[in-house]
Amino acid sequence: MTDVKMSRRSVLIGGAVSAASVAATRAIGAHAAEAVTPSPAEAPAISTVRFDVNGRAVTLTLDNRTTLLDALREHLHLTGTKKGCDHGQCGACTVIADGRRINSCLSLAVMNEGAKITTIEGLGTPENLHPMQAAFVRHDGYQCGYCTSGQICSAVGMLAELRAGMPSHVSASLTDTPKLDAGELRERMSGNLCRCGAYSNIADAITDVAGSRA
Amino acid sequence: MKSFTYERAADPAAAAAQAARNPGARFIAGGTNLLDLMKLQIEAPVHLIDVNGLTLDDVAATNDGGLRIGALVRNADLAAHPQVRRDYPLLSRALLAGASAQLRNRATTAGNLLQRTRCPYFYDPQQACNKRLPGSGCAAMGGFNRNLAVLGASDKCIATHPSDMAVAMRALDARIETVRGDGSTREIAIAQFYRAPGDTPHLETVLGRGELITAVVLPPPLGGRQIYHKVRDRASYAFAIVSVGVVVQPDGHVRVALGGVAPQPWRVEAAEQPRADARRIASRLLDGARTTEQNAFKLPLVERTLAAVLDEARA
Repeated sequence: MTDVKMSRRSVLIGGAVSAASVAATRAIGAHAAEAVTPSPAEAPAISTVRFDVNGRAVTLTLDNRTTLLDALREHLHLTGTKKGCDHGQCGACTVIADGRRINSCLSLAVMNEGAKITTIEGLGTPENLHPMQAAFVRHDGYQCGYCTSGQICSAVGMLAELRAGMPSHVSASLTDTPKLDAGELRERMSGNLCRCGAYSNIADAITDVAGSRA
Repeated sequence: MKSFTYERAADPAAAAAQAARNPGARFIAGGTNLLDLMKLQIEAPVHLIDVNGLTLDDVAATNDGGLRIGALVRNADLAAHPQVRRDYPLLSRALLAGASAQLRNRATTAGNLLQRTRCPYFYDPQQACNKRLPGSGCAAMGGFNRNLAVLGASDKCIATHPSDMAVAMRALDARIETVRGDGSTREIAIAQFYRAPGDTPHLETVLGRGELITAVVLPPPLGGRQIYHKVRDRASYAFAIVSVGVVVQPDGHVRVALGGVAPQPWRVEAAEQPRADARRIASRLLDGARTTEQNAFKLPLVERTLAAVLDEARA
């Protein structure tokens, strides 16, 4: 019986696809964001958004309330990005949007029209890891792993900010080129919490990558 | 989250007109505060006007040698802007002291000015809060109020304004440019921008319905030593208990603005006596303070933080 082979994940994905097709049916006639007129009684209000995820162009017609995080996880099934607090406090949902790390839980999907989104799945693959992914494995930069994809996306974004010369709260000078030391690393990564407390190995992994690029 | 309709604005005046017509509409830019509040149903707009597509993301010199900062300039970009780092270091420092890198990458200049209080009673719909639900009372008065206001509050509300950036903007005499629903524009000095809570703590600024901030304008650079010192419960990614921003000139002139103590960035120009010590400045700055048992510590903390900052600036 084929059902026996069905994993929990494939059941979840099947359910999500059904939900997406219901949303798509409702979207008929609602061509673009401006096609929906303000009418609180008529729920749910939906819009269409187009963006690029990990190099793939996607068009989604979504309930306006859908966050970028939920669009990635529930509609595109990119479950590598995690939902921690859902309020911008933990950083587990960090993705890279147009080259910048952001909290995907505090952005509506429809606000990302035309954006280029990179998630943990777009950084590397199991066969061809991104250097930051490889460094987290090498340094054991996790325990439970739930914050890890956010930590890795955040670290990649952080090193790009550093290369762009962006100062931080602990930079002694606002005008000198900042250098990554332990204090800078802690300050720049303070938007990512790890409740297992794997911070020392996370810091080692990031320092390793930063050093190899310097 | 309550359901809402959504549109992408193409023009500032049209966005303001649309918001003025629809009392349940809100602008959304970074969304880092509004979306958080919508998830908790503390904010429940029926219509969102996305202003991210407006071209209000420039930082440009003004004719008088100042700087016009577009409303949509992200906090991270403003803090890192070469001219801001060189000429307005107080602003860079204040921005870098706020939030996390992820939030600063999305949060905007105008949104930062308009962010809502982090008073825990405002955030908890089970509690009385005159700011969230006018007339319902203030649970903070007799509750956990260690980090709430000691200045400029009222017996209806003791919430603080959480922004670091606004403290620097207040010290620098920023002006806020807006467009209104009828298409007219105006400029508001930041000293006149925030309303005292009085009996209507839910009304936080002088902006009218639909009025959209288009830019924040800084006067020409002040020079001098500029320092922003934020005292908080942890070293990073926390709101201020007290923050002190100063501009100290070689001739002894000084400007001082405080964060974490009032419903708006706090500055008393009359307190800024040239070469005065921290005790004398603080006594005028903190004149009229009303404290609770839990937050009375903020008064000596302001004076001591100011003393440390002035020592550093005058060294």
